[in-house]
Amino acid sequence: MSNTLFISLAVLGILGGVLAVVLYFVAQKFKVEENPLIDEAEACLPGANCGGCGFAGCRALAEACVKQAAEKGNIDGLACPGTDMGKVAAVLGLTAAAFEPKIAVVRCNGSCQNSPSKVHYEGADICAFANTLYAGEGGCSKGCLGLGDCVKKCNFDAIHIDKETGLPVVDPDKCVGCGVCAKNCPRGIIEVRPRGKKDRRVFVCCVNTDKGALVVKNCSVGCIGCQKCLKECPFEAIEMRGNLAYIDPAKCKACGKCVEVCPRGSIHAINFPPRKPKTEDPKVLQGAEPVVKPQPKPEPVEAKTEVKPENTVKA
Amino acid sequence: MNPIKTFQKGGVHPEENKLSAHLPIQDFPMPKQIIVPLGQCLGAPAECIVKKGDRVLTGQLIGTAKGFVSANVHSPATGTVAKVDVVMDHTGYYKPAVFIDREDQDEWIEGYIDTDELITDIKLDSKQIIDKVKECGIVGMGGATFPTHVKLMVPEGKKAEYIIINAAECEPYLTCDFRLLLEKTQEFLVGVKILMKAVNTDKGIIGIEENKMEAIELLDKTINEHRDLYKGIEVQPLKTKYPQGGEKQLIKAVTGREVPSGKLPIETGCVVVNVASTYAIYEAVQKNKPLIERIVTVTGKSVKKPGNFRVRFGTPADLLIEAAGGLPEGITDVINGGPMMGKSVSVTNFPCIKGTSGILLMTLNEAQDRRQTNCIRCGRCAMACPMGLQPFLLHKLAKQNNFDETEKNHIMDCIECGSCEFTCPANIPLLDYIRYGKAKTGAIIRARNQK
Amino acid sequence: MNKYTISGSPHVHSTENTQKIMYRVILALVPALLVALYYFGWYALRLTIVSIAACMLTEWLIQKFLIKGPLTINDGSAALTGLLLAFNVPANLPIWMAIVGSIVAIGVGKMAFGGLGKNPFNPALVGRVFMLVSFPTAMTTWPQAQPIFEKGFFADAVTGPTPLGILKESGVGSLAETGDMQFLDMVLGNRGGAFGEVCAIALLLGAIYLLARRVIEFVTPLTILLTVFIFTGICHLVNPANFIAPWYHIVYGGLILGAFFMATDMVTTPMTIRGKILFGVGVGLITVVIRLWGAYPEGVSFAILIMNAFTPLINKAFKPYVFGVVKPSKK
Repeated sequence: MSNTLFISLAVLGILGGVLAVVLYFVAQKFKVEENPLIDEAEACLPGANCGGCGFAGCRALAEACVKQAAEKGNIDGLACPGTDMGKVAAVLGLTAAAFEPKIAVVRCNGSCQNSPSKVHYEGADICAFANTLYAGEGGCSKGCLGLGDCVKKCNFDAIHIDKETGLPVVDPDKCVGCGVCAKNCPRGIIEVRPRGKKDRRVFVCCVNTDKGALVVKNCSVGCIGCQKCLKECPFEAIEMRGNLAYIDPAKCKACGKCVEVCPRGSIHAINFPPRKPKTEDPKVLQGAEPVVKPQPKPEPVEAKTEVKPENTVKA
Repeated sequence: MNPIKTFQKGGVHPEENKLSAHLPIQDFPMPKQIIVPLGQCLGAPAECIVKKGDRVLTGQLIGTAKGFVSANVHSPATGTVAKVDVVMDHTGYYKPAVFIDREDQDEWIEGYIDTDELITDIKLDSKQIIDKVKECGIVGMGGATFPTHVKLMVPEGKKAEYIIINAAECEPYLTCDFRLLLEKTQEFLVGVKILMKAVNTDKGIIGIEENKMEAIELLDKTINEHRDLYKGIEVQPLKTKYPQGGEKQLIKAVTGREVPSGKLPIETGCVVVNVASTYAIYEAVQKNKPLIERIVTVTGKSVKKPGNFRVRFGTPADLLIEAAGGLPEGITDVINGGPMMGKSVSVTNFPCIKGTSGILLMTLNEAQDRRQTNCIRCGRCAMACPMGLQPFLLHKLAKQNNFDETEKNHIMDCIECGSCEFTCPANIPLLDYIRYGKAKTGAIIRARNQK
Repeated sequence: MNKYTISGSPHVHSTENTQKIMYRVILALVPALLVALYYFGWYALRLTIVSIAACMLTEWLIQKFLIKGPLTINDGSAALTGLLLAFNVPANLPIWMAIVGSIVAIGVGKMAFGGLGKNPFNPALVGRVFMLVSFPTAMTTWPQAQPIFEKGFFADAVTGPTPLGILKESGVGSLAETGDMQFLDMVLGNRGGAFGEVCAIALLLGAIYLLARRVIEFVTPLTILLTVFIFTGICHLVNPANFIAPWYHIVYGGLILGAFFMATDMVTTPMTIRGKILFGVGVGLITVVIRLWGAYPEGVSFAILIMNAFTPLINKAFKPYVFGVVKPSKK
């Protein structure tokens, strides 16, 4: 009996030893030399691999930072939208441009009340598909379809469909402004804008460029392009895009004057303390410093499904 | 009569419901104002060449084709252009359109031969025919609205052996092609001759499903009576099975040839043209009449007076519904086209255009319960797929946004016939997801090819 | 005015749905259940009711309190699992064991994977095999068939060997000696065994109904039966003294029940015809190997479970031929 025990111990022990040696040499042979800075830089990043920086993941961004730092001595142009790159720069012994926190903004307020549904949709829960099928339950061909492509794509659980309004709502605590939702919105409703000082920001909550008469038909809060805000703005921060007002966050001083004059309530001011109960919506006040950053243009509405002629059945 | 043929792979057999098959075509009166959308074909919308206040004649060109797969648009009536604006199409999107205030009397453009007599003598040669087809804005009128002249231009090095006329009308409910075959038999057959001349072939095959026996017999008889005139034209009865009228399925059924994956039907030496388009080609070539009207079937089980109407483009669909006895109670689905491939409409006052083959009104009962349950992996969708795809798999991959795999699983071969979703016991919107996957995969492939 | 529905085409659907499929299978099992009531009386009735109730209750509880998703208890799939589970166990099995088996079948075999359509293994067989390895004695003590008109509905069960058990224990010779194990009795169900499997005629009746309604395809059952027949036939020809004739193998044990009602379960079996053939051959071969050389007298459940595990691979390997794609071999 003890013999068996001894033999098994010996065989397994020798086997273990031999394999350990083999493993050692294999590990030596296939060793990948890597700059330890990459690990350190990666540790400063959120690690969500959201792709908002334009790289495949956080590690890829860290690698790019280290590479550019070695070649050019800076990390300009490389930025994680949700993190202060100063930390990464510090790891590499550099300084980075000031960090401007950003947030996704849903520019549609066509809720079930504001844009009552006229038809009933039944089908796949994909905005990109529904977009090819019809204008929307409320009839607005530019408004939110409410099927949640943005929700499905968010890596930070920061955007959800409000059951009552049927519109997506961004959770300001979780959103890092990576822009994945904006990229995946087939109607370009979501825009990534600077958060603004004290989280105060003013934006036009509509993307409908149609003529006012057509907008009014379907929605009680859509921008009709009356240009009142344009005339009111002391900083020339508002421009017209077709029949739609657009507030340039780079120029906007968040004074809130436009909010007051808008006859449709299309301009929203977020996180402003209520001043006077003059308007129904407590959303006016002065505020934040402008933040210098080029604005991403709203995504063009995605091309409709192209049906190849030869692939289509005819009756 | 030739023996009945069919395609083998997949297919389903929905209830036929050809409620309006016995009803003759009626001319539909035009309203005071007609709204002619400029985008009436698959490609880019036509470019408007008239302006407010212009007087246009019936058949006058008002929009010129822009791009390769685009087609001309002509005025369907005589009148004054009220405005050039946008109009809501059936999906609820706004599209450019010309509004015309109509005069009571039609005043035709120069060159139009106003006769009901049959003109059998084809004066034009191949090139002239194709030019005429292009000029008259003729598109595939089965629903896809692919410009016909593009199909007729056989590429270098290829030879068109057969003209195949798609008279299968495999969509349930629709009867417009069937009525046209019965009422305009001779004109239609001359149209086939014109097509054969256009692509320089002496073989023309008309594929008809066997549930339209009346039409098969009438065509056979007419061809036999005028042997010399219609030499080379054959009638091929097909089994009643959806999607018998799919271009690839039709070619397979009639000739036994398979269109290679990702290639055009001309690879097999076939050019497939729809019945209504063939008739339109007859009128264009022989009578110099541009495409300004078509037959529209208005139908549905609860519709009081279903019918087949000859409608000028730009007539709002709700007038047709009115003529068919008004909107019945409990209608939940209004469909532009047939029940298998047609499109849901958001508003009923959309103008009829070249691709409007039918207006179908359905109640919830007809459309069936759509409560979704889990996929039970029964594989019926794969059995029903006429293209040999695995819809359950494509659905899952599209849902996961795994577009590398969708491409490998031939998502681009999907003809969107809807057989899979029709047969699914779990009521999963398979085709919705496949269309989404197809659009995304197609975009990725195009982006890759451009590099 | 009612709102119009916007949906992608097609706008008409076939009248088939999951619920109908499930209830049709249950309906197809009714003849076998009636025969079982005739032979096993009260025990069969009791077990069937308990097992169906336990399965449905388990599914309902899990959906209501664990998953908190939609309740699909009415779709008939849990009831079907319960019925099949009952069909696969001895009629005189203690009730609590049947309940444990049902909980395992639904809880582990089905809901743990996400519910209907997502389970890789046939839930009823998972439950059955779990019971077989947990309660080997109870699960292999088979009551004998005793028609209720002779012994009464509530007659005590008399246990006895099953034909396959006799074969395993004592070989072909003893089976011939006992004499009462006649082929006709086997077909009619007058024998020992799990109460759903005994009557081949009643099962075939149900199978014909399912085939006619196109709920199941003939491919899988046919290949299973053919494989078993050919394999055991070869063995019989080689050595008739050791191996019994193939037609006995077809009607013995749960082969017919398994082939027509378990191996045709849509969720856990391949989708394409070629895949189904491979699946059927696999089930047949494994069944015969277990029956002839394995430790257990019966191997249908194990065979189907093993092949269930291969189903995803088979589905991947045997895809349908795509229209217009030239096969590489022809190039």
